[in-house]
Amino acid sequence: MTVITVNGTEQELQVDPTTPLLWVLREQLELTGTKFGCGISQCGACTVHVNGVAMRSCITPISAVAGQNISTIEGLAPSADVLHPLQQAWIDEQVPQCGYCQSGQLMSAAALLAKNPSPSDADIDDAMAGNICRCGMYSRIRKAIKSAAGVQQFDPALVDFVQEVTNG
Amino acid sequence: MGKWTRRGFISAGVIAGGGLIVGVAIRPGNRASELSKHVTGEGETLLHTWVKLDSDNVVTAIVPHSEMGQGVGTALAQMLADELDADWNLVKFEEAPAISEFANYPMGKGMLLAGVDMPDFVVPTVDGVLIRTAQALDLQITGGSLSVRTTGAYGMRVAGAAVKEMLRIAAAQAWQVPVGQVVARDSQMIHEATGRSEPYSAFAAAAAEMTPPASPTLKTPDEFKIMGRHVQRHDLPSKVDGTATFALDVRVPNMLYATVKRAPTFGGGVDNIDDTLTRGIKGVVDVVRLPPAAFSALVGGFSSAESVAVVAEGYWQAKKGMDALNIQWRATENDAVSSDTIFAQFDRDISAAVDRQPDVSEGDLAASMANAVQVIDADYRVPFLAHTCMEPLNATAVVKDGFCEIWIGCQSPLSFRQAVADSLGFEVENVTLNNCFMGGGFGRKSRADYAIQAAQLAAKVGRPVQLIWSREEDVQQDFYRPAVQSRFRGALDEAGNLTAWENTYAGKMEPVEAPLIPYTVAAKEIGHVASPTHVPLGAWRSVDHSQHGFFTESFIDEVAVAAGQDSYEYRATRLKHLPRQLAVLRKAATEAQWDVPLAPGRGRGIALQECFGSIVAEVVEVTVKDGNLSVDRVVAVIDAGYAISPDGMKAQIESGIIYGLSAALYGEITIKDGAVAESNFHDYSSVRMSKAPVIETHIINSGETMGGAGEPGTPPIAPALANAIFNATGNRIRQLPIKNSTLNV
Repeated sequence: MTVITVNGTEQELQVDPTTPLLWVLREQLELTGTKFGCGISQCGACTVHVNGVAMRSCITPISAVAGQNISTIEGLAPSADVLHPLQQAWIDEQVPQCGYCQSGQLMSAAALLAKNPSPSDADIDDAMAGNICRCGMYSRIRKAIKSAAGVQQFDPALVDFVQEVTNG
Repeated sequence: MGKWTRRGFISAGVIAGGGLIVGVAIRPGNRASELSKHVTGEGETLLHTWVKLDSDNVVTAIVPHSEMGQGVGTALAQMLADELDADWNLVKFEEAPAISEFANYPMGKGMLLAGVDMPDFVVPTVDGVLIRTAQALDLQITGGSLSVRTTGAYGMRVAGAAVKEMLRIAAAQAWQVPVGQVVARDSQMIHEATGRSEPYSAFAAAAAEMTPPASPTLKTPDEFKIMGRHVQRHDLPSKVDGTATFALDVRVPNMLYATVKRAPTFGGGVDNIDDTLTRGIKGVVDVVRLPPAAFSALVGGFSSAESVAVVAEGYWQAKKGMDALNIQWRATENDAVSSDTIFAQFDRDISAAVDRQPDVSEGDLAASMANAVQVIDADYRVPFLAHTCMEPLNATAVVKDGFCEIWIGCQSPLSFRQAVADSLGFEVENVTLNNCFMGGGFGRKSRADYAIQAAQLAAKVGRPVQLIWSREEDVQQDFYRPAVQSRFRGALDEAGNLTAWENTYAGKMEPVEAPLIPYTVAAKEIGHVASPTHVPLGAWRSVDHSQHGFFTESFIDEVAVAAGQDSYEYRATRLKHLPRQLAVLRKAATEAQWDVPLAPGRGRGIALQECFGSIVAEVVEVTVKDGNLSVDRVVAVIDAGYAISPDGMKAQIESGIIYGLSAALYGEITIKDGAVAESNFHDYSSVRMSKAPVIETHIINSGETMGGAGEPGTPPIAPALANAIFNATGNRIRQLPIKNSTLNV
């Protein structure tokens, strides 16, 4: 038997210890917000937090997280009535299209903001590098992360100007 | 014209509490219906739009279009609500038939095959547009960038206006006042002289007794209140908290899980299976051989080879079981085919030009070539591409007592339903299909191969089965964007004018106009040769436009360079007969500050393509440093006639650009030993955050016939990028993906 804590609730599980956390969440616990995208830690759709750190649940055997605290998209909002600032920013910026990757994107972004409340563009690039969005909503994701973080928006015209000046 | 009766439907208890339901339908026997065998049955009428007005004054639009990310529901609801003068806060959108009233089997059947007649206003003359409408709507297909410009323009707006007129008449009768004095505003009927005001729902029952008006008056754009405005998408709250139900999230009691592997070489099959190890794995229930499958349909027909499935208590056990199988695949005649042999074949067939089919033949090509001061030529190539939707293919099926119910995300629910019925030997009435949110579609989810597999597995094991394809299977068993080779010759006169354009390419799908160019040229010969391969092909976002946009918009750049002229000015000079195209191109150049020189190592490129009724131009800025390419900025301009949902349109353009950019930079399906060499995102890459350019999208509302938004953003990105790389480095990209090119300044 493996015991894990998911979104604050302790769960006792009878599963093959090699089973990735992803399938335990989806099949045993019916927490289907965490998605399967590639199975080899390439796309980030399965991202959850293990003790606050963003992890790819599709390659994380359940035995490796025994006794640990897991948070999923279902546990991201602080309460049933209040969204996480990132979730609100995602709606305000109209980020999702198909939406399938967004649980993973949000969990990666939430882990970033938790340790870095004012991320730079490079910080965002690093933290979000493992998450693919086939609908290509990257600029909206970046904007939403910055708006949730209260960081000044970057102005494409300004970036262009700076590049021009830098390049002479 | 027959009287429209919807009473049977209502008396069947569809609407609890007594509300109004209005449908817009296309009649079988209409020429459009002949497009599909699924809709021509005696007494069958397919409804493509339902409007429901509940007793709480909430309006629900029920439309059989599939949500795959494009926000279709919101744009369609805007069109309905505006014509209805509804309060936007009281408008909902639901995809049929995945709503509670229609969720059970008889109601699902009734919804799709209700024997209702239709109102006069939906039987206009069958013209080209209506055929396209019927193609998309009767078949419930979502594709071709069609939903807003067909269902919206011919269904939602008409239905909204018709309902409003009926409610106004009902209010006038109830109040004993002339109809002309009743005003509809924000879901209230108002009689200003007497100060009366009641919600629409108060008149629903009376309106339900009426025959809908034959031709309700539609608004003109200056009267729009909700169309053309930014509204938030209805489906997003569920997509940020994990509650949106994709097909993969469906849970049915007592359900098993399965995964599948098809013969790697297309057209192959199984010689022998040793499943001893697999059956020894705890949780594995069965190993099932699935026969080759085929389905013929106007849209979405296919054939696929034999496959092997492992069914288990969970996906992980099924996957372990699959990995443990020892399968000997049968040898096939295509085992030696590779991408190299395929392109060699294209090259041969283009050179031989046997049975070359002309797309366009204008002017005297030979004379223009003979009189040319300069003739340039070039061959372009693009590889096969997979779709790689974020949500891997999956379907959940229950087969019991001669009935099948299936949950899936697909772009063509009715043809999927038929395909499932055919594969089980069932009447189509005995199959219920529940369409879920799609985690991407891009054309892949118009082929029902995965639905058939799930249904067959459920039938075989006698329990509900959720079939989940691995990403590897998704990459290796797609219906691919065709690999194409395209050969050009261009002739220039002394002044650098383009006097002849000759183009022959191997492999054609649709639409026919994809390789045509808008530019003025004295003589042009565009045509294709057939050069079939064993690789299965399918529609990929923008279909043939993505490859031909790259070819033609790159080669016109080569022509401009050969003429020693600016590539934007060269295009603009040759677009004087097409003011919309010219305006789009000009705005793109202006917004991108085309005239402002860039620093060394940086470059700008432009491209223009019309597709699916919309015209898009894009300008790309790149930096190439030490052989490394950075795509810095994309300026896009679209003229789709009118943007119902401007932010939604911008999102679609951004999406189309990134999708096309992934393909241009990295996308390559390689054939090796008859099968696909790539397998997952590590070797079939996508653009990620750090490589995504800034995108600025500008919309021109020209007021012309509406075009699509889902696909037109994709074709211009590859040529604009390749042209920018040339501008920065002098390297002309003639083959995609760009990752295979060395870039030297």
